[in-house]
Amino acid sequence: MSALVLNNVRKVYQSGEDHIVALDHASLTVGAEEILALVGPSGSGKTTLLSIAGGLLSPSEGEVLVGGEAITAYSAKQLTDFRRNSVGFVFQSVNLVPFLNARENLLVVAEFSKREKKAARERAERLLDELGLGHRMNNLPGQLSGGERQRVAIGRALMNEPALVLIDEPTSALDTKLGEQVMELIVGEVKARNTAAVIVTHDQRMTHYADRTVAITDGVLAA
Amino acid sequence: MRLAVLELRRKPLRFAVVGTALWLLTVLLLFLGGLLDGLYLGSTGVLRQQDAQLLTFSSDSRTSLIRSRIDVETRQQVEAVPGVADADGLGLALVGARVPDETEPANTAVVGYETATGSVPDPPAAGTAWADRSLEANGVSVGDVLEMGPQQVPLEVVGWIEDGNYLGQSGLWVDPATWRGILASSRPDSSLPEGTFQTLAVTVADGADPDEVAAAIDAATGGLTRTVDVEAAIGSIPGIDEQASTFNQIIGTTLLVAGVVVALFFALLTLERTRLYGVFKAIGASSRQIFASVLTQSLVITAVSFVLGTLFVELAALGIPPGAVPFQLEPARILSSLALLLVVATLGSVISLRRVTRIDPASAIG
Ligand SMILES: Nc1ncnc2c1ncn2[C@@H]1O[C@H](COP(=O)(O)OP(=O)(O)OP(=O)(O)O)[C@@H](O)[C@H]1O
Ligand SMILES: [Mg+2]
Repeated sequence: MSALVLNNVRKVYQSGEDHIVALDHASLTVGAEEILALVGPSGSGKTTLLSIAGGLLSPSEGEVLVGGEAITAYSAKQLTDFRRNSVGFVFQSVNLVPFLNARENLLVVAEFSKREKKAARERAERLLDELGLGHRMNNLPGQLSGGERQRVAIGRALMNEPALVLIDEPTSALDTKLGEQVMELIVGEVKARNTAAVIVTHDQRMTHYADRTVAITDGVLAA
Repeated sequence: MRLAVLELRRKPLRFAVVGTALWLLTVLLLFLGGLLDGLYLGSTGVLRQQDAQLLTFSSDSRTSLIRSRIDVETRQQVEAVPGVADADGLGLALVGARVPDETEPANTAVVGYETATGSVPDPPAAGTAWADRSLEANGVSVGDVLEMGPQQVPLEVVGWIEDGNYLGQSGLWVDPATWRGILASSRPDSSLPEGTFQTLAVTVADGADPDEVAAAIDAATGGLTRTVDVEAAIGSIPGIDEQASTFNQIIGTTLLVAGVVVALFFALLTLERTRLYGVFKAIGASSRQIFASVLTQSLVITAVSFVLGTLFVELAALGIPPGAVPFQLEPARILSSLALLLVVATLGSVISLRRVTRIDPASAIG
């Protein structure tokens, strides 16, 4: 079964009198365990596409299926459950909780989904270990470097064992070398868990980490 | 909720302002409440000590203990009413007392009574009194002989009782004859013949309905008496109800202010956290979980501020010289103030519920 299917998805933002078409009849299929790179210039609609796939935004038209389920028909409550249990999201702006340390930032996810405490703690620590943050677990986001924060956010996205991970610009704030390290970590984590992933980047050099690359320009997808 | 409490512990300063405001409001609430209770308890001790359910006054007295007169004949009529188990005479004289080795006289309420009631034992021997412990603040010790009224009638204190005051004057509980003597010497115009009291404390027989008995008493005396329950008698002590309603209005306003403080603070905090709550929703939090954390924070801050405020008031109360201010902090007052504040904090937080519900998980992006 495909991890993600977009069928003719259109997203129109309305700001005052203006209509901005951020996505125009976008159709896309991401297979289970597939890693897809989504590349495109700034303002091309990458974040919009990711947000729609993650149930953060609803499309103006079209259908979105995640793991075979049409989330476009979901109620607000179903969408909350969906975000809680089925997807992991890494935001372009990272968005860690400033007053929680690295471990707690991962545990927030478990708190919302009422997961068993001890198992959640073990999972959080294992993830942070794998992401090379074993020695930084008790540090607040303000005490971490940009790359470290990026990795904490990746750990948080993997906390709820999602079938689909959506990662927005994981390397934009990092230099090439660090960017490659983070990409390798993401790919390693995603492959090890048999999870599908969509990774947004505007850096062509990062695309070789993905199984497939899709380009987007002005809201239009091109294989 | 763990997250809410973690934030309070990690960022206590962010909550310092609202905490301080709630602390101050707690101090104000408890101070007002303690003053109200102190005034109330100090004014009503004599009546609250009555085991009897009813008090019979003369009908021309407007249920004032001081003005009322019940003579022997009336008493016999009352005692004969079916449903009356007991009718004990009660009398009062407000008299100044000279305390040995003290320059300031003490204001006392001399209570003439017939049998043990409440926590007060049977009357002591003639010429002696059980004194309310508040007289300690006036320099009185057991064994002292007080000089009562202008004619300096001697009255020896032979033991302490608690909570036996009237109208803020310290109670001296004596046998009826001693009371009558002190009353006559301090106010010759109001001296009473033997057997006459001011009021009767009527104990209703088991199974009888106090209201019916009260009506029967007043009928039996041909309307010469007016019989009310103890609570009503307390309410007709001059000033008691007015005092309570004034204080309760100020207390109500204070609670309202507390609610507004909590509402404003958390409304602003929620506004400031639109992004953070958006992130929470994006990673799977429901509005209910987020609101629960807002509510947890408001209740925890209220409770912590309340505890600190209570400690402060308790400490400050130790500094009040005894007898200077009728301040009395009762456990029931502390508990009811806490309960009211928690209710008010809950209502205040509810203002933020709508905003929390409306936060869009999409506000986490960008
Ligand atoms: N909330 C919004 N209201 C109005 N217009 C919006 C909104 N969000 C995005 N847009 C517009 O939609 C278009 C696509 O935005 P999007 O954020 O998806 O681009 P992006 O490819 O992620 O860009 P970047 O690489 O800079 O992050 C842009 O023109 C943007 O200005
Ligand atoms: Mg973007």
